[in-house]
Amino acid sequence: MSMPATELAAYNFAYLDEQTKRMIRRAILKAIAIPGYQVPFASREMPMPYGWGTGGVQVTAAILGPQDVLKVIDQGADDTTNAVSIRAFFQKVANVAVTTHTGEATVIQTRHRIPEDTLREGQVLVYQVPIPEPLRFLEPRETETRKMHALEEYGLMHVKLYEDIARHGRIATTYAYPVKVAGRYVMDPSPTPKFDNPKMHRSEALQLFGAGREKRIYAVPPFTDVVSLDFEDHPFEVQSFDKPCALCGARHVYLDEVVLDDRGGRMFVCSDTDYCETRRADGHVGEMLGQSQEAAE
Amino acid sequence: MYVAVKGGETAIANAHRLLADRRRGDRSLPSLTIGQIIEQLGLAVDRVMAEASLYDRSLAALALKQARGDMIEAIFLLRAYRTTLPRFGTSQPIETGRMQVERRVSATYKDLPGGQLLGPTFDYTHRLLDPSLLDDEAVEEPALRESDGTPIMRVSDILDGEGLIEPDGNMPEDHLAGDITREPMEFPMPRDLRLQTLARGDEGFLLALAYSTQRGYGRTHPFVGEIRMGLVDVEFEVPELGFAVSLGEIRVTECQMVNQFKGSAKAPPQFTRGYGLAFGQSERKAMSMSLVDRALRTDEFGEDVVAPAQDEEFVMSHCDNVQATGFVEHLKLPHYVDFQAELDLVRRMRAKHAADQTPDTDQQEAAE
Repeated sequence: MSMPATELAAYNFAYLDEQTKRMIRRAILKAIAIPGYQVPFASREMPMPYGWGTGGVQVTAAILGPQDVLKVIDQGADDTTNAVSIRAFFQKVANVAVTTHTGEATVIQTRHRIPEDTLREGQVLVYQVPIPEPLRFLEPRETETRKMHALEEYGLMHVKLYEDIARHGRIATTYAYPVKVAGRYVMDPSPTPKFDNPKMHRSEALQLFGAGREKRIYAVPPFTDVVSLDFEDHPFEVQSFDKPCALCGARHVYLDEVVLDDRGGRMFVCSDTDYCETRRADGHVGEMLGQSQEAAE
Repeated sequence: MYVAVKGGETAIANAHRLLADRRRGDRSLPSLTIGQIIEQLGLAVDRVMAEASLYDRSLAALALKQARGDMIEAIFLLRAYRTTLPRFGTSQPIETGRMQVERRVSATYKDLPGGQLLGPTFDYTHRLLDPSLLDDEAVEEPALRESDGTPIMRVSDILDGEGLIEPDGNMPEDHLAGDITREPMEFPMPRDLRLQTLARGDEGFLLALAYSTQRGYGRTHPFVGEIRMGLVDVEFEVPELGFAVSLGEIRVTECQMVNQFKGSAKAPPQFTRGYGLAFGQSERKAMSMSLVDRALRTDEFGEDVVAPAQDEEFVMSHCDNVQATGFVEHLKLPHYVDFQAELDLVRRMRAKHAADQTPDTDQQEAAE
């Protein structure tokens, strides 16, 4: 047999061929023109599994240029395995500069978090989206949900949030909390904790959302209103943590719970690893870090 | 001291190294060759080609070897390669009526022009394990006869001649077949795109759906009009030449199901069709596909959608095993940010619940 070994290895800059990139860029432009609207696009099969960030990877591949600096995070961290894998993919196929510092990055691909540092003009945040349709779990049919968006018929979503309050005394949605973009489309912010929702509002950065398996792209252009759905008597509120980060002492950030032992020992640390490391480098010391340093001495 | 988890890169590299070791297995045994896989695991190669939508036996065999025999992983590997290939055009429709038939059976006629031809089938084998395969015993040469070159008429054409079955599709002449790998899915889908989706759909999923129609969940009263398997020419029209040239031969399995008749005040009753086509020898797939194709044609025949197999959005959105496996398996990726949010909420709700209750904690905990 004749295996085309050289052909097998010949991939374009950032993996996708230029025609595909053009198709994706068109979808992105349309998405920016209609904030929060889900634009169908001809999602490609990527060399990583569906559901593992293929949408985000395609968006990143379409916008990435040789001069860009890329940061990839998963759960807020640069060193989670899938973030490492996606970062390595772009280093391999696009040979771009990569960083873990939020401030240095021009393109940040993320899964489940928005960095703690405020993003600035010129930066692009690319979200990996599993289910782009905020109404999906209320109405499984695409034909129906598209109609509901077209007619701006979002009563069902408000009924769902109301039922939460009736049943649990509060809105029981803690992540993928629905937002209304530019006063028109209800949008799924991807499964970020609702803690991150306010960061989307009038952000200076361009926010792009890619759902590969579901073949949808949507966007929030810079300086766009993003309002979390709520009621006058049950206003939207974000999670708050009782303790600061155990390593850097940061307050008002999103924390991960780390199980220390089998006797109920817990510590809370920043989910945004870059934010935490930068603070520690600046001399901030959390409770656990102080202890362990003393112990080490 | 707490040390944040680091070293994802090393972990991944080591995992891949171990994977390569397990794939190779015992080094004292010879490594499988691509040729051996193509020749001796041909039906696995066929399935990978069918569900990856790429007719290339060598690459499918390579994918199988690399995937350690995991079919869906092999299909995924081949698809990820296929997607990078340039498209230089669309072939002419293959003419299965001119197939060089290796197998052809009809359940609707006892005998018919061209005859019934069993071909290389597991049908009528007794499923007894064959110890002779443990050793490399010599295998008899097959009994073959030369084809006389006359095309073998399709059963659907026999029925069509009398007007007993609906015509073969009703797409307008200038209709260009879509490409589900190049355009996003939209509902409702035309039948050509549905058939494309089914052709690369998971064999197991389609088999189960087809089975469900037989058990009453969207019954279609099917008869196997014909199953045929063999080689067909793939022809490509070259604009510079002005005529079609042959690109080569591919082996396909085609199933034409003859289903429940329909008629109206204007049209006399006619049988309806379900169509299945798969690369290679994939009879189970082609038959399942034809049953599901017919079940999905509810809008054409004014049938109510009452069963999963008739539900276009349900079937089309869930029949792709590469998409399905990716999304199911993504659950093993870290979700601790979301889980933290849920943990926090449940703790708060439990605290409120405890505060609301009388201090009779035993009962309360039992209730939880």
